[in-house]
Amino acid sequence: MIADAVVVQRGGRRVLDGVTLEVRPGEVLALVGPNGAGKSTLLAVLSGELRPDSGSVTLDGRPLADFAPRELARRRAMLTQDNALSFPFRVREVLEMGRSPWIRTPQQEDDGRVLAEAAARADVEHLLDRRFTELSGGERARVSLARVLAQDAGIVLLDEPTAALDLRHQEEVLTVARHLASAGRAVVVVLHDLSLAGAVADRVGLLDGGRLVALGSPREVLTASALSAVYDVDVEVLERDGTLLVVPVRGPSRA
Amino acid sequence: MRRPVVWLAIAVVLVAGVLVSALAGQLPVTPAEVGGSLLRAAGIPNPWAPSDAVVESTLWVVRFPRIAMAVTVGAALAAAGAVMQAVFGNPLAEPGVVGVSSGAALGAAAAIVLGLAAFGDGLVAALAFCGGLLATLLVYLVSRANGRTEVVTLLLTGIAVNAFAGAGLAFLLFSASSANREQIVFWQLGSLGGSLWREVLVVAVVAVPGVVVAALLGRRYDVLALGERNARHLGVDVERLRIVSVVLVALLTGVAVAFVGIIAFVGLVVPHLVRMLQGPAHRPLIVASAVGGAALMVWADLLARTLVAGAELPIGLLTSLVGGPFFFFLLWRQRRRAGGWA
Repeated sequence: MIADAVVVQRGGRRVLDGVTLEVRPGEVLALVGPNGAGKSTLLAVLSGELRPDSGSVTLDGRPLADFAPRELARRRAMLTQDNALSFPFRVREVLEMGRSPWIRTPQQEDDGRVLAEAAARADVEHLLDRRFTELSGGERARVSLARVLAQDAGIVLLDEPTAALDLRHQEEVLTVARHLASAGRAVVVVLHDLSLAGAVADRVGLLDGGRLVALGSPREVLTASALSAVYDVDVEVLERDGTLLVVPVRGPSRA
Repeated sequence: MRRPVVWLAIAVVLVAGVLVSALAGQLPVTPAEVGGSLLRAAGIPNPWAPSDAVVESTLWVVRFPRIAMAVTVGAALAAAGAVMQAVFGNPLAEPGVVGVSSGAALGAAAAIVLGLAAFGDGLVAALAFCGGLLATLLVYLVSRANGRTEVVTLLLTGIAVNAFAGAGLAFLLFSASSANREQIVFWQLGSLGGSLWREVLVVAVVAVPGVVVAALLGRRYDVLALGERNARHLGVDVERLRIVSVVLVALLTGVAVAFVGIIAFVGLVVPHLVRMLQGPAHRPLIVASAVGGAALMVWADLLARTLVAGAELPIGLLTSLVGGPFFFFLLWRQRRRAGGWA
């Protein structure tokens, strides 16, 4: 999937300003940047939900707008931050909704296997018979992740999948993302935590004010100088056992 | 509760209601006579068929069409309620509550006052549909924001639409001849009295395909419960689903209102009870609601015509008498466990 010179305007302001990037199979691409940098907008454009005002997004050379909704749903899955549910469905039913793009296709036969695997990966097996509306925020987020996995799409877009999760489940989400990539899928993930981005991503895209200011390996992009400039706070990048740790430089303890 | 048990229970309630309705009334009829008459109509000669022509005509001219009307109207209204709740993503949406029924009644009343009724029942139904469609569209456009329905806005819009349609009805009432006036009052209160076979046919022609289409869309309504964005990412053409559903609600409500007037809360109470019994999955919900709505309507009509000896209560009065407190209960519960519904 290729985004080429994508521009999105909102209220006369350029929310995305000429972003070009390629989403590659077998790779985790992390999108980072300060609030309002355009990360979620870029993800919406990549999902086909938002049409760019200029520029194009193509999948296998075809513009996203040419895909029928169901056809697109079989190619890409998207985890939004919207975890509301209008009626008290059981978790099992919510996961089955993830299979809905495959109804009346040969792949429907895989439903059982894919659902079981998705539930196991997102650690929601023990919740299957609970009602979604009774779950905690973190549990809902994991069920939504499992639903996205059940969609079994080649491109997986995740909008802040770690937001509501505790430390262990944050780590598990990263494992899930790595696993998806190693299975040959393309993963794009919006993250706030730069250390998480450094740990999970093959490539990192740094956005600022709607522009893609840097794109490359974590080591190339997550540098103290670039991050300090973009986030407007002094940042230090440490390295430990081969992973990057990004921490703001705090003054001496006030204690 | 398991689904087959629920379905069996609803079906038993419906069949029992139909039987009792055929037997009860000013002219007593025995079960044997009802069975015999039905068999004879099916071309099977039998010894139980009533020999008295009065009994025969009471059954076929008065009671059977009325029962058939109750069944089709109840199914249409309950299915319309279930569809509306699915599209709004809110269990409080109901054609009567948000003003679709009164919009349809206004359309029907306008058809009568303008003398269009002379051109056939279809035209009254068509105007009722237009009124209902306008009301549905208005409520939908106003109460949706960011792919979700705001409950307060939904209910307030319902108040506004009901008030406007009520004023329109009052004006038509004021300007109508006394004969038309009676008919309009009938619309406001709702009644199944005097149902004719040809009217039943018009309702059935809309209600049966309407319920089938709604049930076929059931899976998409399930996905829509995840919110419009998520539904779109799962391949649901949300815009199209929305348009089809709004037309469906207007059709089902309009055709019901056109012949029996405003009968509120059926679309609220029935889908809600079914949801409590067998869960929210929409395909079984819509089918069971249609059958349950038919059952509720048959029993309500039976009460309406037998509760007060020698007189008939308006059926809309009865359903609102039960539906009003039920609606209040839902509101109270939604407030108590905030977050249960978006």
